[in-house]
Amino acid sequence: MFGAEFVPLSLPPLVIGSLAAVACALPGNFLVLRRQALIGDAISHVVLPGIVLAFLVTGSLGTWPMMIGAAAAALVAVALIEAIRRIGGIEPGAAMGVVFTTLFAAGVLLLERSDTSSVHLDVEHALMGSLESLIWLDGTGWGSLFDPEALAYLPPELPRLAITLTIVALLTAIFWRPLKISTFDPGFAQVIGLPTTLIGLGLVSTAAMAAVAAFDAVGSIIVIAMFICPPAAARLMTNRLEIQILWSVLFAVLSATTGYILAGYGPLWLGADNTVSAAGMIATVAGLILGLAALFGPCRNRAGAPLGA
Amino acid sequence: MNAVSLAATSGTHVTEDLSKYAMAVRGLTVSYGGKPVVFSVDMSIPTGSMTAIIGPNGAGKSTTLKAALGILKPLSGHVTIFGQPLDQARQRVSYVPQRASVDWDFPTRVIDVVLMGLYRQVGLLKRFSPALRAKALDCLTRVGMEEFATRQIGQLSGGQQQRVFLARALAQDADLYLLDEPFAGVDAATERAIIAVLKDLQARGKTVVAVHHDLATVPAYFDRVFIINTRAIAEGPLDTAFTDRALQEAYGGRLSTNHIEGLAQVS
Amino acid sequence: MLLDAFTLGLGYNATLVTLGSALLGGAAGVCGTFLFLRKRALVSDAISHATLPGVALAFLVMVALGGDGRNLIGLMAGSALSAVLGLWLVQKLTRHTRLAEDAAIGAILSVFFGFGIVLLTVIQTMEAGKQAGLESFLLGATAGMLKSEALTIAIGGAMSLLAVLLLRRPMTMVAFDPEYASATGMNVSRIDMLTMMLVMAVTVVGLKIVGLILIVALLIIPPVAARFWSDNSDTVALLSGAIGAVAGYTGAALSASAPSMPTGALIVLSAALLFTFSLILSPRRGLVAAALRQLKYRDQVHMRQGLLAIALQQPIYERLTLNMLGKQGLLRADGVPTDLGRARAAKALLDEERWRALRTLPQFEAAAARYDGLTDLEQILTPDQLTEIDAHLNRPHGVPA
Repeated sequence: MFGAEFVPLSLPPLVIGSLAAVACALPGNFLVLRRQALIGDAISHVVLPGIVLAFLVTGSLGTWPMMIGAAAAALVAVALIEAIRRIGGIEPGAAMGVVFTTLFAAGVLLLERSDTSSVHLDVEHALMGSLESLIWLDGTGWGSLFDPEALAYLPPELPRLAITLTIVALLTAIFWRPLKISTFDPGFAQVIGLPTTLIGLGLVSTAAMAAVAAFDAVGSIIVIAMFICPPAAARLMTNRLEIQILWSVLFAVLSATTGYILAGYGPLWLGADNTVSAAGMIATVAGLILGLAALFGPCRNRAGAPLGA
Repeated sequence: MNAVSLAATSGTHVTEDLSKYAMAVRGLTVSYGGKPVVFSVDMSIPTGSMTAIIGPNGAGKSTTLKAALGILKPLSGHVTIFGQPLDQARQRVSYVPQRASVDWDFPTRVIDVVLMGLYRQVGLLKRFSPALRAKALDCLTRVGMEEFATRQIGQLSGGQQQRVFLARALAQDADLYLLDEPFAGVDAATERAIIAVLKDLQARGKTVVAVHHDLATVPAYFDRVFIINTRAIAEGPLDTAFTDRALQEAYGGRLSTNHIEGLAQVS
Repeated sequence: MLLDAFTLGLGYNATLVTLGSALLGGAAGVCGTFLFLRKRALVSDAISHATLPGVALAFLVMVALGGDGRNLIGLMAGSALSAVLGLWLVQKLTRHTRLAEDAAIGAILSVFFGFGIVLLTVIQTMEAGKQAGLESFLLGATAGMLKSEALTIAIGGAMSLLAVLLLRRPMTMVAFDPEYASATGMNVSRIDMLTMMLVMAVTVVGLKIVGLILIVALLIIPPVAARFWSDNSDTVALLSGAIGAVAGYTGAALSASAPSMPTGALIVLSAALLFTFSLILSPRRGLVAAALRQLKYRDQVHMRQGLLAIALQQPIYERLTLNMLGKQGLLRADGVPTDLGRARAAKALLDEERWRALRTLPQFEAAAARYDGLTDLEQILTPDQLTEIDAHLNRPHGVPA
């Protein structure tokens, strides 16, 4: 599998998949600790109406209109969830369920009723992405990695996700302390003057940015799976947040690479001649890792000391 | 209720000097769903005092504290800390939330929780200097928890968790300490340790306010009370405010007269 | 065409599907109420996504056995099995690890769904899978449905509605007060399990019409909408059932009326419309009513506090209070109260003092509970009772001023 075709055909999807996985897993750590894991689920559902609307407005499937449309939809969804929760006194899970299903349904209706036959825009694409198609024809071998001319023709998703991951990682590092304090003890955080509402909104916006940048390349299945599975598995491995983050990055990369290779080469090894969905396989591997962590993780159980003692 | 009575003659504009109080609350009202939990409460905490906020369950004790600190949004109310608005006096305030209000399964160590108290000194990116780390350890020593520094917080007992919270408050080097139910669900040894630390703070001129639920220990632990049941019912030194009538008004039929008489004798 | 659709005039299949959707919507609405009241609405999201690998595996098994892989009953059976497995894993993760339920739900739904997609791509490469049309289970589709399929859905919808109605009482009790239900000898975990089974039945029946991504909407939106109209759990359940049925009927009829109208999306949007209506206009908890009430309440609070401050000669800090007192002619611009202001203030203070006295009198304990800081005691008590309280007013206070 490391033959001549590896660099042009397999390297870009492997790298892109890993970048997307890590960009989602980083904010996922905090979402899981804040009991907001399903915000990631909600965000990735509302990406669809966002891009459909952007397409209807601009008439093109350019990167920027789509990213802006998706990001706007994500923020609108978060605002709506918050509004329904506060005004109606509805529990967050139910408020989330109302908002993301409604927006997703609106996206499906818009898509079916408008003429998108000329462009590659459908629900399955949004769900599954097209990781397999992100090839680099100019990359003729490992040497191409040092050839500026060839590098210029890398799939645009790669630099885009690299930048996204850099921003997400920088934001996580810079706001590490406020994030940690306000996640652990929001009341205390507020009294020492941390803007807890803003921090929460910033976290959700960062997650939305990662989701929007990732879904185009890898589809929303991976996005949801990576928000939750690697951080959840990492939580079962350690009792320190710093180390949990490292585990989650490792699990994210492991899921992305193993999943991609199993999807691309697994069927061949089994004697079949077609590949299977890489996005689906990456999510499956992430789930297997979580399963192993749940069975054998050193910190899988809740802390022992009784609370009322 | 009218703890601040002014010698202003009627017909003139009224003003008062709030800077003599460590914390002054005026006209604080908080409501949930159209029903007031705290209504038009005034509270004046003199600097250097040690005050217990008492009242029956659901009477608005914690709510008063949280709303005064901006954790809950009040319907109305004016709060000053050492005469200043809260935003300008944050570094002088230390708040210890109810122990049950946080997730003790959070992946962090005891020393990391104490270091959170030093956040204002390091900000976003600066490293914790050895001096600051030593200070955090020292705060743990003051509550008798130094040997637990690297433990995961979920492995602590309730009393130990409360001591860690207190150590974090100590690390803040504040002038006003506000504690929400610091003795709830802790063992006797922890209760003694906490009260010793609080009395030591008072001895050094700090101001302490604690939401408290055990009337029997009020006289031994505190020198002032603030009694609340939605309305502020009484506030002041024990001998004037911790009275049968005030307790009867706050607790109604829920407190037997014998119990109150017993308390009155203690005080 | 549209009128035909709503009067069930579009042929046998369309009629069956429309009626089936209405019955299913009703069942989902009632059933979802119990999930919602138990604060577990999103468990249904895990259940519905977990059906996908079951659908695909059932197809593969039926083809391997030489049958028609598209047999709806077979696919439904497969989806139910994998949904049970998903639900079981959610509970295992929540109980036996430190993960919270939301993380477990998210993990299971994404992993099962991902694995289902893997299986779908396997099926697409098979000869028998070319026209399998299993993708229609993602978003639901009623176009070109076989008569037997339409019948299955209609019967399935009717059966789940019947089951929900039969089990309504115990589920209400458990949802409303699990501890009391347990104390009266009910097996709470078994009833919870039953609720989950019903959720699963609704999901499985609804897969073909609404699709597995959107079926949760039928379980979540109707109860949330109904909650705005009533505080009584029985009423909420019935109302939610009605909202679900209307949404199912409307959505299915609309989609039958024109080509390329996605059934699932239309059903969900019909429900969402009813929800939006409830959110804004419900007189009890709706947006408009709540905003008006909050404004009025805030004004009352500030007025009362202002009057008391005048009466006790305390300073007033809040601008809003000062403005209101000024506008009503109670306070002059220089901060000095007018005669009217003093009179109103004295009356407010008297009322406060009466309340204060009342609270110490055991015979008024019931009245004391009605204290909200705003109601004048005169509105609650008879003149005789007021006189009784006034007799206690002049007693010296033990509380220092």
